[in-house]
Amino acid sequence: MADRQATGYTLLFATAICIVCGILVSSFAVSLEELQDENIALDKQKRVLEAVGLLQPGEPIDEAQVAERFEPIEPVLIELASGEAVDGDTATFDQQRRARDPATSTEAPDNLAKVKRIPDRALLYEVRGNAGELEMVVLPIEGLGLWGTLYGFLALDADTTTVRGITYYQHKETPGLGGEVDNPTWKDKWPGRKAFDDEGEVRLAVMKGQARSVAEDPHRVDGLAGATITSNGVTNMLDFWLGENGFEPYLNRIRGEAN
Amino acid sequence: MAVKKSEAALDPLFNNNPIALQVLGICSALAVTTKMETSVVMCAAVIGVLTVSNLTISILRHQIPNSIRIIVQLTVIASLVIVTDQILKAYVFEISKQLSVFVGLIITNCIIMGRAEAFAMQNPPSLAILDGIGNGIGYSAILMVTAVLRELFGSGKLYGYSILPTVSEGGWYLPNGLMLLSPAAFFIIGGLIWALRVYKPAQVEMDG
Repeated sequence: MADRQATGYTLLFATAICIVCGILVSSFAVSLEELQDENIALDKQKRVLEAVGLLQPGEPIDEAQVAERFEPIEPVLIELASGEAVDGDTATFDQQRRARDPATSTEAPDNLAKVKRIPDRALLYEVRGNAGELEMVVLPIEGLGLWGTLYGFLALDADTTTVRGITYYQHKETPGLGGEVDNPTWKDKWPGRKAFDDEGEVRLAVMKGQARSVAEDPHRVDGLAGATITSNGVTNMLDFWLGENGFEPYLNRIRGEAN
Repeated sequence: MAVKKSEAALDPLFNNNPIALQVLGICSALAVTTKMETSVVMCAAVIGVLTVSNLTISILRHQIPNSIRIIVQLTVIASLVIVTDQILKAYVFEISKQLSVFVGLIITNCIIMGRAEAFAMQNPPSLAILDGIGNGIGYSAILMVTAVLRELFGSGKLYGYSILPTVSEGGWYLPNGLMLLSPAAFFIIGGLIWALRVYKPAQVEMDG
């Protein structure tokens, strides 16, 4: 056997280990990717259902039930700048990829949510009642927290102001602190709050400490203890996506159609 | 160093428990034990990674150059953990989301590195496998006891099924919120260590 202390042997051994481990890891990652993508897509649908209150957090539910409850929810592609609906394949739409591609996005003005590029189109969901009337809209929101970008959904009533729910489907926040954005008790504090004030300014924010009842504190939600940066991140992303660079044109159109 | 097969597998349960005696792997024991469901998956992941890493290191023990042995152990363990994480994401997505970073943190779980360095480097594969399974089960035993106590008294449930009907669901049991916070795991694990040392006084550390 070769001398185990020789430099050449050591280098050879290290290279061999790296190659074997590399092949092992990448072959698992590639072969399981399809299943994982299906899970991620299903999970996203569940979070949409949670945002609109059609699914309780932690409720066991299978794929068929998700599809069934998704019945009144219609994915809609819009052009962000005009707020008008556009044609396109909603199943394969990837907003994150679109935001990265210079051909389909524009550079965002400096913003606290640290959104770098704004995609030209966005995929949102419209929830309609039995008579086809608009009941809710579910807007995708994203913005920087402490460790990375949080991705989630905000459900607004057809009046475009009253919050119906909020959920996050992807984030890297600390479990127990910023990760509490997934806490059902905290999410329960959102429905009924008002996103805009009478002048149409975005006012919805996560505050430091405890907010009072919906009637007394219409625009504010309890902060997450020990997670100031995550809390501010949530405030900033709401400010951005409800504002002029986000879904304001779309919300204005909905408001106009309602009157 | 002669180690009997039965000793390799059974010692880690009571005589040389990785959590209770060596006090290793505490961070994940605090984090994932609020519910039995997440604990079971975490235990299975640790037993799997520990057994396979012990086996791999043991097979390679005569080939690994001494100067880079720690980094080789780490590479093997890290690869196994990533594979485990990928499998969990593909087959039990909801639970893997709840376990979040803690599956990835198995890499830094001292039990696994500890067994690779202390046992698998000196012993043949058959013993290393038994040692891996034994230590994995020793870790799991403590985790499951902690999870049972925390879930039962923290949310009145066991494995998601209601055992003590809580007040908020119309029952009589007022859940102990402390049980769902990390300090509760410290109290329970502390209590377990104490109980084990009363039962086996040889484990008590002597001062000076």
